[in-house]
Amino acid sequence: MDKAIKILKKPLTMTLIAVFFGFIVAGIILAAAGYPPVHSLSVLFDGVFSSPKHISNVIIKSTPIILTGIGVAFAFKTGLFNIGAEGQFIMGCVASTVVGILFDFPPVIQIPLVVLAGVAAGALYGGIAGFLKAKFGIHEVLTSIMLNWIALYFSNYICTLNRFHKPDTIGTYPINRSGYTMILGNYKTTEAGKAALAQNEFLRSTVLKTDVNVGIIIAVILAVFIWFLLYKTAKGFELRAVGFNKSAAEFSGIYVNRNILHSMLISGAICGLAASLYITGNSPHGIATLAAFENTGFNGLSVCLIAASSPIGCIFAGLLFGGLIYGGQSLQYEVGAPSEIINIVIGVIVFFVALTRIIPPLVDRFSKGGKKHA
Amino acid sequence: MVTGNSDYAVQMHGITKRFGAFYALKDMSLDVKKGSIHSLLGENGAGKSTLMNVLYGLYQADEGEIFINGKKVDIKNPNVAIANGIGMVHQHFMLVEDFTVTQNIILGNETTSRAGIVDMKKARKQILDIVEKYGLAVDPDAKICDISVGMQQRVEILKALYRGAELLILDEPTAVLTPQEIEDLLSIMHNLIDDGKAIIIITHKLKEIKASSDTCTIIRRGEYIDTVPVEKVSGQELAALMVGHEVKLVVDKTPAKPGETVLEIKDLVVKNERKLEAVKGLNLTVHKGEIVGIAGIDGNGQKELVEAISSLVPAEKGSITVCGKPINNTNPRTVIDSGVSIIPEDRQKRGLVLDFTVNENAVLERCRKEPFSRKGILNRKKMEEFTQTLIEAYDVRPDDCGSRRVGELSGGNQQKVIIGREVAMNPDILIAVQPTRGLDVGAIETVHKTLIRERDKGKAVLLISFELDEVMNVSDTIAVIYDGKIQDTFRQGTVDENTIGLLMAGGKNHG
Amino acid sequence: MLNSLMLFVGITLMYSTPLVFAALGGVVSERSGVTNIGIEGMMTIGAVTGATVGYYSGSAWVGFFAAGLAGGVIALLHAFASITCKADQTISGIAINLIGPGVALFVCRLLFDGATMSLPVPHKIPKVFGSLNSKAFQNLNVDVTVVIAFVLAVFIWFFLYKTKWGLHIRAVGEHPAAADTMGLNVYKIRYICVLVSGILAGLGGASMTLAIIPQFTPTAISGQGFIALAAVIFGKWTPHGAYAACLLFGAAQALTVTLGGGRFAVPSSILAMLPYLITILILILFVGKSSAPKASGQPYEKDAR
Repeated sequence: MDKAIKILKKPLTMTLIAVFFGFIVAGIILAAAGYPPVHSLSVLFDGVFSSPKHISNVIIKSTPIILTGIGVAFAFKTGLFNIGAEGQFIMGCVASTVVGILFDFPPVIQIPLVVLAGVAAGALYGGIAGFLKAKFGIHEVLTSIMLNWIALYFSNYICTLNRFHKPDTIGTYPINRSGYTMILGNYKTTEAGKAALAQNEFLRSTVLKTDVNVGIIIAVILAVFIWFLLYKTAKGFELRAVGFNKSAAEFSGIYVNRNILHSMLISGAICGLAASLYITGNSPHGIATLAAFENTGFNGLSVCLIAASSPIGCIFAGLLFGGLIYGGQSLQYEVGAPSEIINIVIGVIVFFVALTRIIPPLVDRFSKGGKKHA
Repeated sequence: MVTGNSDYAVQMHGITKRFGAFYALKDMSLDVKKGSIHSLLGENGAGKSTLMNVLYGLYQADEGEIFINGKKVDIKNPNVAIANGIGMVHQHFMLVEDFTVTQNIILGNETTSRAGIVDMKKARKQILDIVEKYGLAVDPDAKICDISVGMQQRVEILKALYRGAELLILDEPTAVLTPQEIEDLLSIMHNLIDDGKAIIIITHKLKEIKASSDTCTIIRRGEYIDTVPVEKVSGQELAALMVGHEVKLVVDKTPAKPGETVLEIKDLVVKNERKLEAVKGLNLTVHKGEIVGIAGIDGNGQKELVEAISSLVPAEKGSITVCGKPINNTNPRTVIDSGVSIIPEDRQKRGLVLDFTVNENAVLERCRKEPFSRKGILNRKKMEEFTQTLIEAYDVRPDDCGSRRVGELSGGNQQKVIIGREVAMNPDILIAVQPTRGLDVGAIETVHKTLIRERDKGKAVLLISFELDEVMNVSDTIAVIYDGKIQDTFRQGTVDENTIGLLMAGGKNHG
Repeated sequence: MLNSLMLFVGITLMYSTPLVFAALGGVVSERSGVTNIGIEGMMTIGAVTGATVGYYSGSAWVGFFAAGLAGGVIALLHAFASITCKADQTISGIAINLIGPGVALFVCRLLFDGATMSLPVPHKIPKVFGSLNSKAFQNLNVDVTVVIAFVLAVFIWFFLYKTKWGLHIRAVGEHPAAADTMGLNVYKIRYICVLVSGILAGLGGASMTLAIIPQFTPTAISGQGFIALAAVIFGKWTPHGAYAACLLFGAAQALTVTLGGGRFAVPSSILAMLPYLITILILILFVGKSSAPKASGQPYEKDAR
């Protein structure tokens, strides 16, 4: 009984239960709409796992949302709701693209330069919301919603400038090749490269056919780093104290306003990193005029919630999310079911995550009997 | 088999209430005659509030019966309780701060016109009628956040009377009142019982019982102990019944040997949240090896005084120095580093991060310092070791709670963690604000012993408390605060309670 | 000149109407103590329902009514999670924002032959002055929904501050324990308020797809729900404050339209930023710290005393 209680209380169990229910509900909706549920789900699975190319694509598509997820999770852990991840990501993309086009140093300088540009832009943009909260007490959700829109239109503006606008398209030029972070990026475009890679089936379907880049490696390293920062350092201790109880933190000598600002700077920086890795690692290596949000930031929010704000958890939640979105395309193609079913699945999973979150306290209540030891 | 008896306002028998596997109440009984004042005495956590919550319909008992005026009733919710003439005045007032007095009183019982529009005029008149009848002075149009605690309590009583309560339950009513306001409350209570009403007072304060009640029921760990006529028992006997063994009511201490000045406050002026002066030119000195106790009613500037000392708010004028070094208008970090440790009034808001473990809370102020962290990296092992010494020294229970959330501990144990932490900081001055609030007799003893021990070690101790007894028992020097100033200071043993009570309420000391 | 002014007023009223419905819903929910971040999702469901039912039934009002119902049904999910299950209200709201558009597009594809846009409704919401011949006042001939929105705002203000039910709602949002001890049913009041907020959000979505554009598209509701949420915060959780904030946003949008067509050669993207920049500026200058109803966002636990 005790063992069962322990297992029930782990966040991972909650998430698995939520995912399970998400699929059940999806199956019910599909069946109600006239699509064969079990077949649809198996198509979904195939769409993700059936070939190295698919797996590679899932990893590549998941990388940005893993990172924005970690960014949002970091802010949550420190008591802030960073709904502005979307705007920070966009600004990171803009900065990386602009710097990547304007400069053309050798890769060993160019890559860090472009990446840092994105990180700095994201950090500064997150810092605006943090500053307004720390200094004026303005709710960060309110300012972030505004900042998201401002970022969107600013990005569109950049796309119209002659220096960056690629003629006959709605986007910019790609950044200079020296900034690419793809794996074997240059090699695989040469004739010799193509021939060599084509010889190995695995390499052919992954490296040649998809935008394999270092993003995922950075994401994993970052997740571990953020986890370390939050739980093993004094700074993380202070940030979490502020997040849990500002009054007590203040009373014990922690500088609350400074920490709020730092938290948004770091959270924004992580989203900016997501952006620069995205630009440098994926074609078209540039930005385009957007009619609406692409949702990388908002999806990061969902990832973070599914992962219960755990940085390491975001890796897996991000992969789950990316897998669902990517697999959803096969679903539409093969079965004809609208790909929106995936959005519904994800929404239901998040909904059940909210519900299952109350299980640990409930379990506590029953086993201890409610009152504390006198 | 119990039969209803209409001489009794309420009879509760065989009441059992479980929360999971824990028995909050076990076969508990209570009988209260009409036209009498009856106390329910027990330690913190004994089950008094739970029993009354059952009576008021906030909880449902698992077993047992309740008779009101001789009739058996099933009290499913507060509406049923109210309909049966039961009114409750909670210890922590159930008042909506943003609403006016009138709005709070009529909530849920409004007289309205057809479209549901509230008839404020009628409500005011009805309220003023009751005010006159029983002598409960309130301002019907004032907002709750603007009125005194004493008036807030009267609003709570009015809420019950407005609904025709015949049985009033008062939960720890005198905790927040001046001696004079307590007198007022007693006369209000006598007006009420002269009118045939019955009153139950929940309390753990022996003096309160002696002053007000006809009879008293004692509860211990959820079980019925005894019912006694108050006139015929001594405070000592009541205390023994409450705790289950002999209790020392007076604190043991040797005379003080004060040394040089540690804390010096000169002409301090501090503004409160609403930009009004709350501390109006306060002077105070605390020496090494001395316990200075500030007696006073809540709301006379104590809160702002502590906030200024800890530099959470600036001092408008004046200075606060520790061993000669000014600490006002800096920041909490500087204050802590200057040798000041504060046990805050609100332990859950200011003192602890409830979601952190006990280990983490134990080093809250020192997370960046050796040995708990090195070059920014936490040393969890050292934190655990330190916490374990705290747990053992102060008997924190359960004794393996180091890696548990501190929010899981009881109030008394949480307070012990804070006290242990602050004492371990080895401050030059230890400031304790309401340190025994909500604690049982054993824990209170531990706290007082700790303060005296630190004083004997040569520390300066400043005690700020709303419990006059505590201040008079524990302090070497007693200072009385009223209206933002220290009105007068006395050596322990040279002044009596009435004089202090007078000063606390703003009267002048005539010799 | 006068013509431009009337155009400006007309566009302001038009753009702000969906926001007003949704924001009023947000105020009602938050005032009772339940955070409703899912306004966007509820609006989307309302939008698709309004357009679909409006198309198939031929009547705009039937569609409008149905949209309100649909919004209410979705809100029940949020209410169940937040109130009965005491789940995290923020997460539940976000889930609604994910499910809403998903369901909306799904339904749209099913009922409109795989397309993501519904077919235009035969009859839109009528204008206030019917078919007005006057060219001068053409711009002030707004949709009836504009008037409904205003009337609702006044009604909700009156309801919250003058009636006893309004007193109950506010008590439940500020101090649910006090309300409980006075015999009020905290759970019931919160359920009703969340339901109402869903109905209003649904109406807001439909006022978009039945009046402003005559059909449902994937971008019909893109961000209005969040702007409505911002309006609630900006308006300090009061109906009149939220209404004014929605007008402000609507006016800022109208400003970009009138400026864009005008003589100033300001790039359209920069113009589009204006409403949001102005909002932040106003926040810094005037609003300062705002405080939500004290118990907003916290599930009510009877035993936690």
